[in-house]
Amino acid sequence: MASEPSSKPPATRRPSRPAPVTDEEERAKAQYAKAADEQYGRGGRIKTKAVKDKKLRANLRAVESKHRDATLQAKNAEILLENEAGFLEPDHELERTYKVRQDEVRQAVGVETAKKGFELRLPDLGPYDACEYTRNGRELLIASRKGHVATMDWRAGKLGCELQLGETVRDAKWLHNNQMFAVAQKKCVYVYGNDGVEIHRLKKHAEAVRLEYLPYHWLLASISTAGVIRYTDTSTGQMLTELPTKLGPPTAFCQNPYNAILHAGHQKGTVTLWSPNSSTPLVKILAHHGPVRALAVDKSGRYMVSTCQDRRVSIFDIRNTYKELFSFHLRQPAQTVTISDRNLTAIGYGTHVSVYKPDIFSMTPDSEIKLPAPYMNWGGDGQAVFRLRFCPFEDVLGIAHNSGFSSILVPGAGEANPDSLEPGTNPFENTRQRQEAEVHSLLEKLQPQMISLDPNFVGNLNLASEEQRCRERDLDAKPEDKIEKLKKKARGRNSALRKYLRKRGQKNVIDEEKVRAREAMRANDRKIAEKLASDKKKYGPALERFATKGF
Amino acid sequence: MRIKALSRSAASAQAPGSNVAKNIRNLDPDLHPFERAREYTRALNATKIERMFAQPLLGDFEPGHVDGVYSFAKDPECLDHFASGSGDGIVKVWDLTSRKEQWQGQAHNNIVKGMCWTRDRKLITCGSDQKIQMFEPYTTPSKSPPVATWHGGAFTSVSHHRSLPSFAAASDKVSIYDISRASGAPVQTLQWPTAIDTINALAWNQVETSIIASCATDRAIILYDLRTNSPLHRTVLNLASNCMAWSPMEAFNFLVGNEDHNTYLFDMRNMKRALNIYKGHVAAVMSVDWSPTGEEFVSGSYDRSVRIWERQKGQSRDVYHTRRMQRVFSVAWSPDNNYLLSGSDDGNVRLWRAKASSRQGVKSYALRQKLQWQSFKCLDFLSSLWASLRTAVNSMPYGRGVLEARQISTGYALLMTPSKLSNTDDDALKERYKHMPEIKRIARHRHLPKQVKKAAEIKTEELAAIKRREENERRHTKKGQVRRKAARETMILAREQ
Repeated sequence: MASEPSSKPPATRRPSRPAPVTDEEERAKAQYAKAADEQYGRGGRIKTKAVKDKKLRANLRAVESKHRDATLQAKNAEILLENEAGFLEPDHELERTYKVRQDEVRQAVGVETAKKGFELRLPDLGPYDACEYTRNGRELLIASRKGHVATMDWRAGKLGCELQLGETVRDAKWLHNNQMFAVAQKKCVYVYGNDGVEIHRLKKHAEAVRLEYLPYHWLLASISTAGVIRYTDTSTGQMLTELPTKLGPPTAFCQNPYNAILHAGHQKGTVTLWSPNSSTPLVKILAHHGPVRALAVDKSGRYMVSTCQDRRVSIFDIRNTYKELFSFHLRQPAQTVTISDRNLTAIGYGTHVSVYKPDIFSMTPDSEIKLPAPYMNWGGDGQAVFRLRFCPFEDVLGIAHNSGFSSILVPGAGEANPDSLEPGTNPFENTRQRQEAEVHSLLEKLQPQMISLDPNFVGNLNLASEEQRCRERDLDAKPEDKIEKLKKKARGRNSALRKYLRKRGQKNVIDEEKVRAREAMRANDRKIAEKLASDKKKYGPALERFATKGF
Repeated sequence: MRIKALSRSAASAQAPGSNVAKNIRNLDPDLHPFERAREYTRALNATKIERMFAQPLLGDFEPGHVDGVYSFAKDPECLDHFASGSGDGIVKVWDLTSRKEQWQGQAHNNIVKGMCWTRDRKLITCGSDQKIQMFEPYTTPSKSPPVATWHGGAFTSVSHHRSLPSFAAASDKVSIYDISRASGAPVQTLQWPTAIDTINALAWNQVETSIIASCATDRAIILYDLRTNSPLHRTVLNLASNCMAWSPMEAFNFLVGNEDHNTYLFDMRNMKRALNIYKGHVAAVMSVDWSPTGEEFVSGSYDRSVRIWERQKGQSRDVYHTRRMQRVFSVAWSPDNNYLLSGSDDGNVRLWRAKASSRQGVKSYALRQKLQWQSFKCLDFLSSLWASLRTAVNSMPYGRGVLEARQISTGYALLMTPSKLSNTDDDALKERYKHMPEIKRIARHRHLPKQVKKAAEIKTEELAAIKRREENERRHTKKGQVRRKAARETMILAREQ
C-alpha cells in the first residue's frame, strides 16, 4: 500500500498551466501528481477554459485547484501509514507459492501471527455452512447446519456465546458490530445479542437461505427458498420491501460493497442485480450455462467472480459492460468464493481451497494463460469446504467445512492500514469507540432510496426539465379511465362505446374493461329508450310519431 | 521463499498504560464507500440541526420604554452599551451584558428623533421640540439635566464625526455644530438650493469623513461635501427613504431603506443605478444597520419584522419576528457582531442572535470535541489573528484615538464572526450541498406571521399584474418604443448634480 517514501518529491502545488516538462525533476513531479490523481482523484477534471461565465469559471478553477491539492496531500499522507502488507514471494523461478504449506507459513512468521492460524475440530456438530467475521475482523461467528451457532473473539480464543438451536441453520451474519447477529433458521430469521439472547424474530423473513447485511444502510436482506428478497431496516425494525425474483430457488447471494446492490444467482445460470427501489432486477446477466454456485464482488465494485455447476469460474466486469472478462475451469464445481481486502480471490471446491492473486482480474480471453496458477492452496484431506471468508484487516482466511472451522494464514490478503474513524472498521476499537461509532453511523445512515448502481448519483442536480418532472410526478395520479372517457364522448348515432366494442377484436375474450363498456352501453340504450317512451307519452297518441331517439 | 504476514500489536493503537486511543487514517477511497451519499446525509443532518437550534430571540431589556422606541445609538467606544430613545422623550442607556437599564433621562418633550455618541462618551439627542441636548450618562446619575443644549429647527436626526468633536443635525437643512465651541450656532449649514422639505435621516460617513448623506421627505437623497461646503448630488427616488447607513468597510457605499419596502445599496460615485436591491419586506423599511464587518446588515420594517441580509444577495438570510413585537422603528447590530437589537412601537428593546443557531458562552464538552476535531486549523488561524491584535492593542498608547479603537473592535468582530468561528466541517458540507432540493427547502423555510405571509402573497400578485400590464403595453406598441429598464434603475426618478 505505502509507496517508497524516498522516491517522493516534495509536495508543491502544480502551476495551473503546466510548463513544458524540461528536466527530470519536473517529470517526476508530474508523474507523482498523476499517480496521486489516479489513486485519490474523484473523477475527471472539469474543463474550465470552455466556461463563459466569469464567476463560474473562477469558482470552478478554485474547486479544481483545491481538488488537486487534496489529492497531492492525500498522496503525501501515505508516509504516515504504519504497516506494510504481507507477502509470499518465491526466491527463484523454480519455487511455487502454491506449494507452501500452512506449517511453513506459520514457522516463517512471528509467534503472534502464527497463532492466528488454528483449527476448530467440531466433527459431531455437522457441516458448518457459515462463518462470518465482524466488519473490523475482531470476532468470528460460525454456524452449523445442525443448529450449532458460536461467536468468539478468535484472536484471544475467547468464546462469546454458544447456541444449540436444534433446528436447521442456513446462514448467519453479524449486524453492524459485534453486539448482534442474525441467524437464518428453519422457518424465519432470528436476531441474537452477543450473549446469545434472542432479541428479535423476523417472522416475515420466511425460510431465508442466505443473509446479507448492508452496514451503511442498516439493512438486513435475506433471500428465501422461494426466491424472495426481503429487506428489513435494522435501526427501526421496519420491513422495507419484498422482491420476488420469480426465478425459483436461489443458488447464490452476495452484495456489492461498492454500491450495496444485491447479486442473486439462479438455477438457470442467470445472475440478477437488485436494489430495494425496483421490483424488477436492475441488471440480468446470463452468466453461465448451468446453475450458479457462488458469487463474490470485489471491494471497488468492479469485478464479480461467479462459479457454476459446470466447474467454470468466470470474472465479470460489473461497472460498465456486464461482460465476462475471463474464465477458467476447476477440477470440481466451486462451492464458495470470496474476495479479500487486497483482491485475493479464494475459491473453495470439494475439499480444496485455492487462493488466486489479483492478476486474474486483469486477464482477458486473449491472454496466454488459460488456467491461472493459484497463489496458495489448502485442503485435500477430506473436509468438504462450505464457506470461505477473509478476515478484514488480517492475513487470515476462515474456512467453514465439514468437520469444523479452520483459520489459515494467507500473506498479503488483508488491508494493512485500517482507518480508525470509519465507523465499524477499527480493529482496535474499545467499548467507548464502538459506542461512538454506532451513534455516528446511525446519524449517517443512508436511506434505501440512495441504493443505485452508481452510488455517486447522490448530490447531483436533477437536470430533467420541469415538464418532464411534472409528468413523472403525475405517475402517482389515477390512470385515466378509458370507458369513462368514451361514455362522455359526443358522437352521432354510432356511439363511441359501440365502436370500441366493435373494433376491440378478440370477441371471445371478455375482460373487465369490455364488461364495463358493455354495461355502460346498455345503460345508455336504456336511457334513450326511456326518454323515447316518455316523449311519446308527452306528445300524446297523435304526435307520438314525432318523438325521436336523440337527446 | 520470502514470507511476511501482517502483525500489528495492540500497542500501535493505544500506548500501554494510556487511555487515549490513537486515530489512524487511511485515505484510500475504497475504504470509504458511499462517501457522497454519506456526506449528503451529514449535510442534511447539519442543516436540520441548524434549524432546530435556531432560537433567535434572547430577550428584552427591562424595564422597557413606556412609549415606542424610535431611535438607537451604539456607543462606538465600547461593546456593551447603547442608548435608546422613545416617543415620550425619555432616553435610556442600557448595559448589554446584564440587559439592565444603566441611565435614563427626560431629553425632550416629545419623540426623540435621533441620537449619537460623542467620542468622549457623551450622548447627543435631538427631538422635534427644536432642541439638541447633550448628556453624560457615564458620569452623572439618572435624570440629571443635559450638559449642553442647542436650539434650532425641528431636528430629525444627528450624526457624529468620526474623530473631531462635531456633529451634524438635520432639520430642513443639515447643520454642523462644533461641541468644543461655546457658541450655539452651527458652524456650517448645508442645503440643496431648491429643497425645502424635512430631512428624514442623515449619516456622516465614518471613513471618508467629509461626506454626509441625507434623505428627505421630498424623496431625494442628497450627498454633501464638507470640504467645498456644498451639496454634491441629488437623486430623487420614486418614494421617500426613511433611513440610511454608510458601509463600515467600503467608504463609498451606503444603504437606503425606502418606503417602497425595499432597501437599496448605492455607490456614491455612480448614482445612476443601485448596486443591489434587497427585497423581502412587505412594508416600509424604517431602519437599517450594518454589521461591523460590512458583509451583512439588518433592517427593521413597518411590517413588524426584522430581516438580516447578506450584502451580496438580494434575499434576506433570516427573518425575525415575535407575536408581541410591533412596528420596528430602530435596529442595530452589536459591535461584537454576535447580537442584534430591535426597538419597536410596543416600547420594548429586544436582543436577538445575529446567527439564530449559534451559541455563545461555554460550549458543552461534546461540542468542544467536535469543534476541536473539525476546525483546529481554523482555530489556529484565529489565535494567530488574536495574537496580532493583542500586540496592536499593547503597543497603542492609552486613549490614542478613535481610529485604532474602531479598528480593534472591527478586528474583534471579525474574530468573533459566527461564520468564522463555526467554520467547521459542517458549514463546508452545508455549503457544498446547499443546492440540493431537500436541504435548500429546510434551510430556507421560515415561519412568517399570517399577515406578513398574506401581504407577501398579495404583493407578488400585484407586482405580477404590473409586469403583465407593462408587457401588454409593450406588445401593442411599436417595437423599441417602450424599453425595459433594469430593476436597479427603475426606482430612480431624477438626478441633479
